[in-house]
Amino acid sequence: MAKILAVDDSASMRQMVSFTLKGAGHEVVEASDGKQALDKAGEIQVDLVLSDVNMPVMDGIELVKALRALPNYKFTPILMLTTESAGDKKMEGKRAGATGWLVKPFNPEQLLATIKKVLG
Amino acid sequence: MTEKKTDAAELARINGEIEEAITHEPSEQYLTFYVDKEEYGVDILSVQEIRGWEPATAIPNAPDYVKGVINLRGTVVPIIDLRRRFGIKQFDYSSVTVVIVVKVKAGNREKVMGIVVDAVSEVSNFDHSNIQAAPELTDNKNTAFVKGLGSTEESMVILLDINKLLSTDEDLDLSGIRQATPA
Amino acid sequence: MSIDLSQFHQVFFEESYEGLDAMESALLNLQPDNVDPETVNEIFRAAHSIKGGSGTFGFSGVADFTHVVETLLDEIRSGKRKITSETVDLFLKSVDCIRRMIQLLDAGKSCDIPEAKTLKAQYEDILERDEEPSSATDNISSDTATMIASSDADSLVKKWRIGFKPELDVLRTGNDPLRMFRELAELGALQVKADVSRVPQISTIDPEACYLSWQLELCADVSKSSIEEVFEWVIDECELTIEPLTDANNVTEALTEKSEPVPTQKVPESALNEPEPLTGSKTIVSVVGGVDVEPGVRNLVEKQATPDKSKVEVSSIRVGIDKVDSLINMVGELVITQSMLGELGRDFSMERLPKLLEGLDQLSQNTRELQESVMRIRMLPISFTFSRFPRLVHDLSRSMGKKIELKMLGEQTELDKTVMERIGDPLVHLVRNSLDHGIEQPEDRLKAGKSEVGTITLNAFHQSGSIVIQIIDDGAGLNKTKIMDKAVKNGLVAEGDSLPDEQIHDLIFKPGFSTADHISELSGRGVGMDVVRRNINELNGSVEVESVEGQGSTFTIRLPLTLAILDGQLIRVGDHVYILPLISIIESIQSFQGMVHRVVGGCDLLRLRNEYVPIIRLSDIFNIKPGVQEIEDGLLVVVEGDNMKVAIFVDDLEAQQQVVIKSLEENYKKVDGVSGATILGDGTVSLILDISGLIKLAGVQRNEYKLVSSDDGRAA
Repeated sequence: MAKILAVDDSASMRQMVSFTLKGAGHEVVEASDGKQALDKAGEIQVDLVLSDVNMPVMDGIELVKALRALPNYKFTPILMLTTESAGDKKMEGKRAGATGWLVKPFNPEQLLATIKKVLG
Repeated sequence: MTEKKTDAAELARINGEIEEAITHEPSEQYLTFYVDKEEYGVDILSVQEIRGWEPATAIPNAPDYVKGVINLRGTVVPIIDLRRRFGIKQFDYSSVTVVIVVKVKAGNREKVMGIVVDAVSEVSNFDHSNIQAAPELTDNKNTAFVKGLGSTEESMVILLDINKLLSTDEDLDLSGIRQATPA
Repeated sequence: MSIDLSQFHQVFFEESYEGLDAMESALLNLQPDNVDPETVNEIFRAAHSIKGGSGTFGFSGVADFTHVVETLLDEIRSGKRKITSETVDLFLKSVDCIRRMIQLLDAGKSCDIPEAKTLKAQYEDILERDEEPSSATDNISSDTATMIASSDADSLVKKWRIGFKPELDVLRTGNDPLRMFRELAELGALQVKADVSRVPQISTIDPEACYLSWQLELCADVSKSSIEEVFEWVIDECELTIEPLTDANNVTEALTEKSEPVPTQKVPESALNEPEPLTGSKTIVSVVGGVDVEPGVRNLVEKQATPDKSKVEVSSIRVGIDKVDSLINMVGELVITQSMLGELGRDFSMERLPKLLEGLDQLSQNTRELQESVMRIRMLPISFTFSRFPRLVHDLSRSMGKKIELKMLGEQTELDKTVMERIGDPLVHLVRNSLDHGIEQPEDRLKAGKSEVGTITLNAFHQSGSIVIQIIDDGAGLNKTKIMDKAVKNGLVAEGDSLPDEQIHDLIFKPGFSTADHISELSGRGVGMDVVRRNINELNGSVEVESVEGQGSTFTIRLPLTLAILDGQLIRVGDHVYILPLISIIESIQSFQGMVHRVVGGCDLLRLRNEYVPIIRLSDIFNIKPGVQEIEDGLLVVVEGDNMKVAIFVDDLEAQQQVVIKSLEENYKKVDGVSGATILGDGTVSLILDISGLIKLAGVQRNEYKLVSSDDGRAA
């Protein structure tokens, strides 16, 4: 149904997210850091970006800023995958232009509910 | 009881029969062979192939019925002389000596071994109708390797459990068997 | 739909092990007085990842523990706290702890270990010492606070009035009011009225801005917090009012609308007012402070202490694609050679003989290259084994109060995976030995005119078909006097004997040998070196030591590149050809009667320079017919096995060749004195001898034969 870009440096997280979303009929593109994600976003237009915050090379906050600077990603929903203890990251993410967040750890059901919230 | 001499052509014919037998019906088919004028049979599914005799490399301090090991396409395979195993005097080996290569179950693994016999007979069908139980043999520890007695038109065939036969080092007492199958 | 998360567990375990290794490496590289922020970041990220994953997959034990580690790391990362060598040690211990926990989870067991509790307490101590409320557990953002509403304090009101006035830029964050309204509409009947009062003139409109605001009415049996949740992402960039349209209001309206007076039943004032305290502004929202309340429902599957999963350990190996490509190329060439020979075979005549010989040559080369290529697949760089040493040296040198630097050379040198796995423990023992007995205390080093910091070097390289691993230290070296004293005490050497240095040094590999004054925790129990040598010999390898007192020692291990292939010496006894591992052969001599001494009731002894070496006759222990009877007519091959020397009496030596080791046990069984078999060039099987087994068969007693230096024909 939707093209989703999943960004996380943890392979197991990517796999879980990918599997869950694909199971719900979405198309998933994966990236393991912000830079890779930016490249992938340039190659194909995605409908939603899910990104972890702490990643090497380019972190989630930088990625959001970079995506928002692209004309075709001005209004694309971008969700940060953040942990509860990083309360300030949510604000930082929002200031950078993120749409919202999903708090880790989350289970597949929560993931799908949040995606639905954003995609309608 | 005729003992067929086995030459290369015979070997090929029998190997072909074995292959066919294995691809067609499930068990109850036996490869029969002669040891000291007695006819024996082993489950066809445990037979891998038949070869002529080739000199084996001796194994130090092995029982006298273990003739040694041979190279079977890169695998080291032990050769057991059934005559000696049964306590019978060994024949001299010649170009017509036959080695039956069998797959023996040992625990949860499979071992490949060769047994030297006097001559190979044929592939015969034995099912419940023509197998006679021989509890005096199967229940006896020393002869537990006997599955039963099969009867053909011409003779009685002692059907062997090859796994039991080749997994023990103990002495085998065949006197009971030989009595059961009058020539 | 319920997704089984266990399918991702293995990947999580693998990446966690890698993350822990990265953490450990980075921690060891950290200089407390000159902290590299990127290194700290690396360590933080690794811990963060493990925490995230373990939480997601339900491993709350690991998540909880990693959380405190991450918290402290975060403080250091943000500059709130300085890192000290104590904290580095704490982190290193935590890495071990987490690794252990994951290993337990990997094996299907509970990860509840006491170290986790102890370490966690240490973290809590440190974190508390700080005045700033840095503890993450206190840090509940205002968002979550509003989310944590105890539902029973809220009443369930049927109707809500919602005022939503977003900031102009709300769309630029990818938010869309329509989506939120759609979500609200799922809760109940929704009426939306837009307020366009903020919309400016067309000429000044910014198409990407949101000028609208809305009034909504929701008829839904929900709590205020459920409505707030819908707007949680934009709560800071809008004005949001949520008011209940109370039943009391409705009731009042209903009552006033009804013109019929209800005669006697006057509804008391209090009844009308009662609903109020339950709604509106008097809503009690209890913020459960200081506790991590998990939003939403979560099934955390804590791994119970389950019985050991009998994990089928299928060993696997990662192979570089270059090796695979190389292999494919070799096979390609082999196929070409084979078809060439096949063609020659079909249509052969003597004049084509040179072509045939050329083809066979080619075949031989192809086979050799293919063999090497295949062996290389099983080979991994020794760095996999070396990687444990930085940590080991770091920890041990600190606990011993010594200053030691570890150098590692040739880490990319490759060796067989199985050999590498089995050389690990012997290497550890040798390194510990250097740490313990080799390198001196800093004061002693200074006194000796050396630098305070001792150096241990691990060096690996290939040399003529083997891999050589050296452990070099610049410590005190082997103390010959002490060794000799111990040897005399153990009865290995007679008092007053003098031996060349080499032999003295070699004594440390004898069983029961340790010259440590005190038995330290690691080594010195005297069971070490002989076991090390035995383990290495079992790998068809060898270990030797060179040392200069006061300067240091070098242990040299030689190992075959693979376990499947052996350099063998063919020997003949009667009609039988056997193979001795070349590496076990010390020398072969043509002996004469004077060199052999008979011992009554024992075996013959060969007088070899200053020692007596028992002679083993294969014809005796194998019960085979010997070709040659007299000692002078045959050869004595002196070999080393089981920490002793024996001489094997053979008719003759034949070729030396590399042989492929085939298993005898595969189809037969274990035979004493035989370690395996091989197929010779002529297609026949030849047995490979096992020295240790031969010694047992011959019933030769160990250590019976004293080393002598004088020529008095003394025997055991």
